[in-house]
Formats: sequence, C-alpha cells, structure tokens
Amino acid sequence: MIPEIGQFALILALILAVCQGVLPLIGAHRNDAALMSVARTATFGQLFFVAISFACLTIAFLNDDFSVLYVANHSQLALPTPYKVSAVWSAHEGSLLMWILILAGWTAAVAKFSSGVPDRLIARVIGVLGLLSVGFLLFALLTSNPFDRLVPAAMDGADLNPLLQDPGLAIHPPLLYIGYVGFSVAFAFAIAAMISGDLDQNWARWTRPWTVVAWAFLTMGIALGSWWAYYELGWGGWWFWDPVENASFMPWLMGTALIHSLAVTERRGLFKSWTLLLAISAFSLSLLGTFLVRSGIIVSVHAFATDPTRGFFILAFLAIVVIGALVLYAWRAPGLDSAAGFSALSRETFLLLNNVLLVVATTLVLLGTLAPLIVEMLNGGKISIGPPWFEIAFLIPMIPLVLLLGVGMHTAWRQQNVGPWMKLLKFPAIAALLIGVILPLLFYGRVSLMLIVGCFAAAWIVITSLIQPVRSWRRKEGATAITRSALGMSIAHLGMGLFVIGVTIVSAFGVESDRAMRVGETLDVAGLEFELRDVRQVQGPNFTAIEGVVEIRRDGEFVANVRPQKRQYLVQKNWMTEAGIHPTWNKDLFVALGDQLGDGAWSVRIQYKPMIRFIWIGAFVMALGGFIAISGRRSRRTDK
Amino acid sequence: MNRFLLPLVAVLIIIPIFILGLQSDPSELPSQYIGKPAPEFSLPTLADPAKTFSNEDLKGQVSLVNIWATWCGGCRTEHPFLMELARSNTIPIYAINWRDNRPAALSFLEQLGNAYVASGFDEDGRVGIDWGAYGAPETFLINEEGTVVYRFTGPLNRTLWEQEFVPRIAELKK
Amino acid sequence: MMARIIAALAFMTLSTSALAIDSEQAFDDPELQARYEKLVAEVRCVTCQNQNIKDSNAFIASDLRREIRRMIGEGKSNEEIKSFLVTRYGDFVLYRPRFEGKTLALWIAPFLLVLFGGFALVRVVRHRMTLPIEDGPDANGDIR
Repeated sequence: MIPEIGQFALILALILAVCQGVLPLIGAHRNDAALMSVARTATFGQLFFVAISFACLTIAFLNDDFSVLYVANHSQLALPTPYKVSAVWSAHEGSLLMWILILAGWTAAVAKFSSGVPDRLIARVIGVLGLLSVGFLLFALLTSNPFDRLVPAAMDGADLNPLLQDPGLAIHPPLLYIGYVGFSVAFAFAIAAMISGDLDQNWARWTRPWTVVAWAFLTMGIALGSWWAYYELGWGGWWFWDPVENASFMPWLMGTALIHSLAVTERRGLFKSWTLLLAISAFSLSLLGTFLVRSGIIVSVHAFATDPTRGFFILAFLAIVVIGALVLYAWRAPGLDSAAGFSALSRETFLLLNNVLLVVATTLVLLGTLAPLIVEMLNGGKISIGPPWFEIAFLIPMIPLVLLLGVGMHTAWRQQNVGPWMKLLKFPAIAALLIGVILPLLFYGRVSLMLIVGCFAAAWIVITSLIQPVRSWRRKEGATAITRSALGMSIAHLGMGLFVIGVTIVSAFGVESDRAMRVGETLDVAGLEFELRDVRQVQGPNFTAIEGVVEIRRDGEFVANVRPQKRQYLVQKNWMTEAGIHPTWNKDLFVALGDQLGDGAWSVRIQYKPMIRFIWIGAFVMALGGFIAISGRRSRRTDK
Repeated sequence: MNRFLLPLVAVLIIIPIFILGLQSDPSELPSQYIGKPAPEFSLPTLADPAKTFSNEDLKGQVSLVNIWATWCGGCRTEHPFLMELARSNTIPIYAINWRDNRPAALSFLEQLGNAYVASGFDEDGRVGIDWGAYGAPETFLINEEGTVVYRFTGPLNRTLWEQEFVPRIAELKK
Repeated sequence: MMARIIAALAFMTLSTSALAIDSEQAFDDPELQARYEKLVAEVRCVTCQNQNIKDSNAFIASDLRREIRRMIGEGKSNEEIKSFLVTRYGDFVLYRPRFEGKTLALWIAPFLLVLFGGFALVRVVRHRMTLPIEDGPDANGDIR
C-alpha cells in the first residue's frame, strides 16, 4: 500500500510541477498577478507530495518491504537501521528521488525568502525551476521508478553495497545534491533575466546569496566525498580525477567563478554576459555530471549501475535545457554591454583574470574527462587519461590563480594606486617567501621548487586573508568594523590557503610502504615503529572480519593502536578493506591489511600522511566563509 | 554576435558524441592484435605436460583460440556451446587455460566435455597477458597464416556466433 | 588449498575494494623501487572500474605488477616497459597519455588555453581602460 501511495504522490507532484512550470511563466509574460501567484502555491504543493513520496520509500526500507524491487536490491534484514535509511539514496532510483526532493526544497526556499524581489522575476524563476522539476519527475516516473514491485517478493534483500555501509553515505550525497541542485536557482535567475531582458545590479544582488549557499554545500559535499574515499577505499588517496569526481568538481569551479562574477555585476554592473554564461555553465555541468554518472557511458567505481535507455533520456533533457539556455544567451548577451570602465590595476581586472583562469581550469578538466570518449568515437581507439595528466594540466592555470588570490583581495575597485598597494603587500610577500622556504626545511628536512611554490602560496593566501579581519579586530574607536561580506570572503580565502598547505605537504612528504609482516614484527616508517601484534577473527552485525592489531610507537613510546580489518559481508561476499587510521591535527597514520601470504605473513600497507586533514578542514573553512558572507544580507535594504 | 554563439556550437558538437557513446560498451577493450600475427607462445598442454601447443599448431587452417579457466563462471556457461561447435566439426578450437589449477581444469573438461583440439596450460598467466587478455572467456578467430582476425570477449552462444563469427569466417574462406 | 586460494582470487576479481599489496619484497635499490612504485601507479588495471594496478587486487593487476617488477629487474627502461604493455593492451593501459599523436594536443592544451585567455583578458582590459571610471553611485554600499 505504502509504495502505491508513494508512486501516486509522485504523480501528483508531477501535475503540480507542470502547473508550477507553465502558469507563472505565462503570468509573467502577461503581467497577470493571479497566474503569477500560482507559483508559490504550486511550489509548496509539489514539495509536500514529493516529501510524502520520499517518506514512503524510506518506510518501505524500514519495514524491510522486499516486494519493492529497489528495496530488495539495496537492503537486507540484517542491515543496521541507520544504513537502511541511507540505503534509500544509495542507488539510482532513490538518489533521483532525493534530487527531486531537494529541487522542490530549493524552489520552496526561493518562494519563501524572496519578499523583496519583483513578482515577475520570481514568477519566472519559479517557473523555470518548475520545468526542471517536470523533467526530473518524468525521468523518474517513466524510466526509474523506485516503487516498482518485485513479484514474487524476495525473502531477503541483496544487501547494500558494503562500501556504502558507512556514515559517509548518510551525509555525502545529500550535501553534494544540495549543492548541485542549488545551482539550478542561479540558472533559473539567469533564464528569467534573459527572458525579460532585465539584468541589472539588483538582479545580481538577489542571485548571489542563493549561489553562495549552493556553492558552500557543494564544497562540503565534495570534501566529504574525498575524505570518505580516503578512509573507506583503503589505499590512502583522496582524489583520483575519476570522471565522477570531475563531474562534481567542474560545477564547483564554475560556481566559484560565478560568485566572483556576480560580485562585479552587483558592484559595477559589469561582466553581465560572463555572469550569465557562468550561471548557465554551473548548472549545465551539474546536469552533465548526472548524465555521466547515470547513463553507463563511462566506467567508474562511483557510477550508478544503470542502462543506456536512461542515458538517452537524461541526454535529451540535458540537450533541451542547455541548448535552450544557450540560444537565449546568444540572443540576449550582445545587448548587455555597459559603458563602465576600470583601469589596468583594479579589482575588476583581477576578478576578470579569476574568471578566465577558472574557466581554463574547468575546460581542461572537461577535456580530460571527455577526451577518451571523443577519441574513441573518432575511431582513435581507447585511451586513458588519469592523474598524471590532470595533476599537471590543472596546476597550470591554478598556480597563477592561487598566487594572485592574495593580491586581488586588496586591490581597490575601479583604480588602485600602486604606492599604497605595494606598501600593503610588501611585508606579507616577504613573510610568505620566508615561510615558504623555512617551513619545509624545518619540519621535514628538505626543499624543492614545487614545495617552495606551494608553501609560499599557502602562506601568502593565509597572511593576506587575515589582513582585513585583523585590522578590523584591532581598529580604533569609531572606525567601521569589517562587513560580514568581507569577513566571509577573508575566511573563505583562508580556507583555500589551508587546503593548499594540506595538498602541498602531503604530496611532497607523504610516505607509503607496502611490506610483508608476520605477527610480532615491527616496521619503521617515517620515524615511527609499527608493530603487528596480532591478527584475529572478529564478528560484525552483517560481516565477519580478519582484524590486525598494530601498535605504533615513536622511539619506544606508545603512540596509538590501530585495527585495520578485512571484512567479508555475509550476502555480497565482497572483501572490503577498512583501514586503521590514527588521526592527529598535523598527520594521519594509516594502516591497511592486505592478503595473507604464505608462512604466516600478511601484506601490510603503512602510510604516513602529514597535514592531510588540512585538505578537508580547508574546504570546510571555505564553506564557512561562504555562509558568513551571506549572513549579513539582512542588513541590506531590499529595493525593487 | 559571433562569440556568443560559441558555447552553443560547442554543445552541438559534443551531443552527437554522447549519442554515439551511449551505443557502445565502455568496458570493452578492442584487441591490439587485429590484423597482426598472434603473439608467439609455447605452452605445455593441459592433458600431457610433455607435449606443447604453440603458434605452429595454429598455422594452416582457420581456427579459434579460447581463453578459459575454472574460476570463470562465463566459461562454464559457454562450454556446452563450444562442445556443439566442436561436434559439428565447423572449426578447430584450441584453448589457453589461463591461471588455473591443472587437476581442477582436467576435471572441468571431464565433466563438461573437451571441446578443444589442444589446451595450453598457462600457469603463471604470462601468455594470457601476451594475448592481451583482460577477462575470461575470450575467443580469438585466427586465420590460416596465424593472424588474429577478431576477438570476442564474454561467453559465446549460438546467436552471437552467427552474428559475429560466421560472416567473418565466410570472408576468410572466400 | 589451491582451490580455496583460487576461489578467493575469483571473489576478489569482483571486488575493487580489498587492498592490493605485493607479496614480494621491495627492491633493495631505492631508485629501482621508486621507479617501480611510480610505474605501477600509472598503469591502468584492465579489468577494473578505473583503478591503477597499484591499488587494485584483481589478479591481472598483480600479474602485471609482477611483469613490471621482472622487467625492471632485467634492466629494461620505462619506455620499454610501457611499450610492452601498450603492445598488448593499447594506450588504454597508460594513465599518462603519450606525448605524441592523438594525445599531443592534450599536453599542449593547458598552455594554449592560458595564453588564449591571457590575450582575451588583455584585450578586454585595454578596452575598459578607455571608458569612464566614474559611473554614478553604486547600487550597494562598500563591500570591502
């Protein structure tokens, strides 16, 4: 019964989405208030029914309803309850339903929190979002229905993929999707502006908070994904430039450019066509990501197992949305030029450079991701493009960007006089250079050019990000405090600096050691002693495992015990490595258990990962900066 | 106006590539030896370690080389069809027993029948790698000169045989 | 016993998440070991879902690691080892695309794009330098 309710609710949601998509757009065209007001009502209605549908699917999981095919494929009687809930979005159909729910949620948020925005604009924005909802709801109902029945019902399910039986699954996809889907709001604002032909500084001011929040969630989602892969997949890597990872990273890069471009449009009415194109790109890349992951067109351990029919549907949807948006763009963008100017040394120039470098970076990632497919379709055979290429290609635009980050922040709008500018930045530059050379030497004993560049860049960003907040903190009586916007910006940039430290240090000084060990033997890695004290069998709720106990010591002093496991889950029988990790603020000690070799020996992989936590801490600080930046918006007057 | 059309043009170029991409299997790897001589090898046979199976055996007739193993489920599925082929004397089938255990392999052939003229025993897998094998079962079509004409990955059945092999064999026999 | 190992191997070809670690000792010469580790990180596992042979525990990955180890021991160069692999599996097996032919464009692309972007930037900035800087009061206050 409950699955039927869930499906019926989804159909009702589709009907409401059609109303939400069509009527307000007509209303805005005719300036008909009644039709435009349908927008808000339809939105809340759609959200209500999608939520019911999602709840029904969740209940089916909690009730172990194996007469529902999706539940039978991804759950099991013995599966711990929290994982039964997260299993709802663990595969294609359920995660699609979650996407639809989040889209409805964002639309409702736009409907609720736009009191100061003109009715025609909001009607169009909600209308566009409604049309997007229609597309996804049709996709679900026609090709990917989570409520399909299994007849006869299974006695027990096929179990959730053991890799996903982890808290990471509970948090990573929702955060990621809130980000991905959130860019549809900026997209909708862009379409609305192109339809009406009005794109001004107010439009940018209304669009920016939505974009920043979506961006912040996407930042956290990607960071969590990276962290999860690190501790779950067992090989100690945190980014592999896998197509699916790239699919999440490209919208992030465009979103970052968009936030900065919106700042210029808001401030000076410039870069309007840039901003439009970036808003279109960010969401288009989200859709592209959905296509790559769910169509079966690429091979990836992250890809959903699905079939080409669904691929064609998503591709058709993607084509309609993107081509439609770009046609509007080609029509409207030429007329958007404004006559405002700026001098060579100005914030506008730096932000333009920022846009250019981020677009170059995104294009390169896209190129690397799609090139194997393109080459194959042009009958060039199969090639692979992996980290060796991506790492080099990505750094080429990124190094200048990261170095100029510190400068742009402190450059005035319109025209910056060179004197005060140099005066401000001279000392930080020297300090950063010193740190860049001394830090690696002092703590890790060596330097190289890349190391110096990386450490300098990190120190440079951290120092320059702190200038404004510290000044504000130490300001004299009566001087203005730093605005939330500027504080958010400083913190976000600071996060970037922390991220760069993490990446630089762990790439340069990380140590990895694969060795055969017997119980009782000790291995020296990176100045620490790792002793394999025991290997034994343990039992989990739905798995059995071989567990190693490894004691870590420094100069004979006890540091920690870690317990790496090799698990075999009862139903799927895959072997899974759970690494034993001892995290501290400035390093991770990572031990993974491999195969049993002859003679009582075991393969053991020991890794020393200095500063690796800063990668994810940096990302979260970036997201925090985003939230702080928009938290002060209430103080702004909203004018129509 | 021109430069604002560029993004649209780029998208219009990419979409057909995606359409093509959806119609092909991303996990399938084409063989590097199509049109080239089969890689040189010499293996002890499965049945009798004293005898050898090598490239020489493949010359002089159109033949199949099937890469199989007892740990491969698909090999078990396709073997009855290979038996059919062998019994109908359509084409000689040779085999490379890849990374397997001799007694288990011999017992497999006893149970399901031996469809092969000869099976080379590739214990350490090096010959499999030389042939570019990436997943059993794989079936190679070899012509009279010992050149690789075609490779099929996956379990064979009558439909696939008629679709993929029969036309190619007919071409060779012209 | 052998059957059990093979069965385990078979199961492990299905899973991409159990760890791949060499059962043989490392090279005594740290330079050779470093070469080995670098190579093994750049070779693709041909049966896996986008993994290198260093991290994959599919048996073909360990076979390929063994072959690479053997070839390094025999004194073969990295180029020779890569050729060995490409002859058998094609360019697909290398995660670092070759510096010639169809993938040369990929290596040039980053520089070309940055250059192109740079030129476009200079053009735009030059144009904007000619336009009036003062364009009336801002819609919003100072966001510094």
